[in-house]
Amino acid sequence: MASAMANARSGHYLNTPAGKLSHQLAYFSIALGALELFAAPRLTRMLGMRGKEDLIRAYGVREIVKGVGILSSPNPTPWLWGRVAGDALDLATLASAYPNNPKSTNVAIAIANVAAVSMLDLMCAQQLGAIQVRQRMPMRDYSDRSGLPRGVEASRGAAADAPIPADMRTPAALRPLA
Amino acid sequence: MKALVWHGKEDIRCDTIPDPEIEEPTDAIVKVTSCAICGSDLHLYHHFMPALRKGDVMGHEFMGTVAEVGPAVKKLKVGDRVVVPFTIICGECEQCRRGYFSACERSNRNRKLGDLAFGHATAGLFGYTHLTGGYAGGQAEYVRVPFADATHIRVPDTDLTDEQLLFLGDIFPTGWQAAVQCDIQPTDTVAIWGAGPVAQFAIRSAVLLGAKQVIAIDHIPERLDMARAGGAITINFDEESVLERLSELTNGKGPEKCIDAVGMEAHAARSVDSLVDRAKQAVMLGTDRPHVLREMMYVCRNAGTLSVPGVYGGFLDKIPFGAAMNKGLTIRMGQTHVNRWTDDLLRRIESKQIDPSFVVTHTASLEDGPDMYRTFRDKSDGCIKVVLKPGFNGNGNGNGRH
Repeated sequence: MASAMANARSGHYLNTPAGKLSHQLAYFSIALGALELFAAPRLTRMLGMRGKEDLIRAYGVREIVKGVGILSSPNPTPWLWGRVAGDALDLATLASAYPNNPKSTNVAIAIANVAAVSMLDLMCAQQLGAIQVRQRMPMRDYSDRSGLPRGVEASRGAAADAPIPADMRTPAALRPLA
Repeated sequence: MKALVWHGKEDIRCDTIPDPEIEEPTDAIVKVTSCAICGSDLHLYHHFMPALRKGDVMGHEFMGTVAEVGPAVKKLKVGDRVVVPFTIICGECEQCRRGYFSACERSNRNRKLGDLAFGHATAGLFGYTHLTGGYAGGQAEYVRVPFADATHIRVPDTDLTDEQLLFLGDIFPTGWQAAVQCDIQPTDTVAIWGAGPVAQFAIRSAVLLGAKQVIAIDHIPERLDMARAGGAITINFDEESVLERLSELTNGKGPEKCIDAVGMEAHAARSVDSLVDRAKQAVMLGTDRPHVLREMMYVCRNAGTLSVPGVYGGFLDKIPFGAAMNKGLTIRMGQTHVNRWTDDLLRRIESKQIDPSFVVTHTASLEDGPDMYRTFRDKSDGCIKVVLKPGFNGNGNGNGRH
C-alpha cells in the first residue's frame, strides 16, 4: 500500500473555531485595554487599589497592543501566548491586592473573571498553535485505502446477512416505517 | 525478553524483563509476531486510567505462535498461529456463555479492586489497568495467556498476513460491534465521532451492514482522507459546525445512529464544555472529557440509537440526560465481546469483503516502540495505526512507514 504525499493542507487558520476565537479575544483585549487606559481611576476605586492608576494604564496599553497584534499578524499564536503571560501578571497583581482590602469581594470577582479568560487564552493558543503546525506539515495521501477490495458501493450491504444478535436488535416499533 | 514497560506518565521504555512462565495449568505462552499500539493505550500513556503500576507491560492487541501450553490446555498445541483477544475469558461463566465475554466473571484476578471501582468487576484485560487484573500485555516478545483454551482466535492455515489478521483481537471487532449495536437499516444515516483506527473499522462495518449514509467527524486531514476512502462523508470540526452539517445531511432530522469512537479524551475545541472538561481534567477535578457523548445526545434523531465503543474511565458530568430521556434514545455500550464476532469476521477477511491491513500506516520494532508512542500520540507523520514486530529490522524512526 503505497502512500503518496500531497503537497499541502488547505484552509486559513481564521476558518477554524480557534482562529475565530482568537479574533474575539483580540477585540475583547482592545476593549479591556481601552477601559483600563481611560477609566483607570474608577477601576482602582472599585478594586481598592488607589495609587495604582499608572500601572493599570500600562496594562491597558499592553492589552491594546496584544489585541492589535493578534488581529494584524499572520501568525497570532505568539501574541496569544503573550496574552496568557499577561493574564498571569494580572492575576498576580490582583492577588497581591486582595489581603486587607475593603473591596476584597470585587477583587475576588475580578480574579474569577481573569481566570476564566485565561483559560480561553490558553486553550486558544494551544489549539491555534497545533492547527498551524498541522497546516505546515505535508499531508499523506490515504485516498487509496478503502479496505474494501470490491469497492465502496459494491460493498454496501454486503454483510447485511450478518447475524445481528437479538439483544442488539432495534425493537420493531423503532424500525423505519415501510 | 524485550517488552514495552510503563514507568509513569508519558514514560514507556523498551526494557529487558524475565520471560513469562506457565502459572496455571490452563495457561499458554505465545511468542508474539506482531502487536499494535491501540488508542486506548494512550489513556494509560497519559495516565488517565487509574491503578497503573511502574513495571506494567503494555499492549492488548497482539498475535503470534503458541510456544508452550499448560497441562490442562486441550485446544492449542505448540506452533499454532493465534490472534489473542484483548479480553481474557474463561468461556464457562454465565456471562461468557451468553456471549458477554468482556463481562467474564472469572478472569479478573483483582476482583475486589474491580468491584470497588465499578460495583462488579469486569473481565481481565491484557496490558491494562490493575482494575482489570493487571495482566502483562502483548507489546513484548512473549506473553502468558490465561484461560488459553477460550482466550484465543485460532488462525487457520492461510496465506493471510499478520496485518490482515492482527486487528481481529481488538479494533476490527470493536468497530464492528459498534455498528452491529446500531442494528443498521438501509435507510439509516450513521454518524461516527472520531476517525481513528476503531472509527475506520466502524465506518467500513456500517457500509458493509448497508447504511445509506456514513458520516465521520474528526479534524485530522489524513484520518478524514482515509474515512472518505472507506465510504464516509466527512466533517472537519476545525473548519465547520458539526451540528449544522449533520442537520444539512439529514434534512434537519439528525442521524438515526450515532457512534462515539472517541471516548474520554475528546479533542474538540469549539465549545465551552470541552474547555471546561480540559481544565477540570488538568487539575484532577474531572476524569473524562465527554464532549462527544453530549453532542451525540443532542444531535441524534428522536428514538435513535447511541453506540459507545469509546472508552470512559470515571465520573462524567454535564451529560444532557434530559435530552436523552425525552428523545427516547437507546444507548448501547461496553468493552467488546471480541470472540462473539471473530468467526464471522475472519470469514469476511478470507472472502475478501474487507482487508484490515488498510489501516496500518507505520511498522517498527519493539525497540522503536517508545518513539512510535510519541508519533501516535501526536498523530504526526500521518500516523493512524502502528504495528510493532519483535525483531523487525528497519532502519530507524518511521522505518516501516506504509
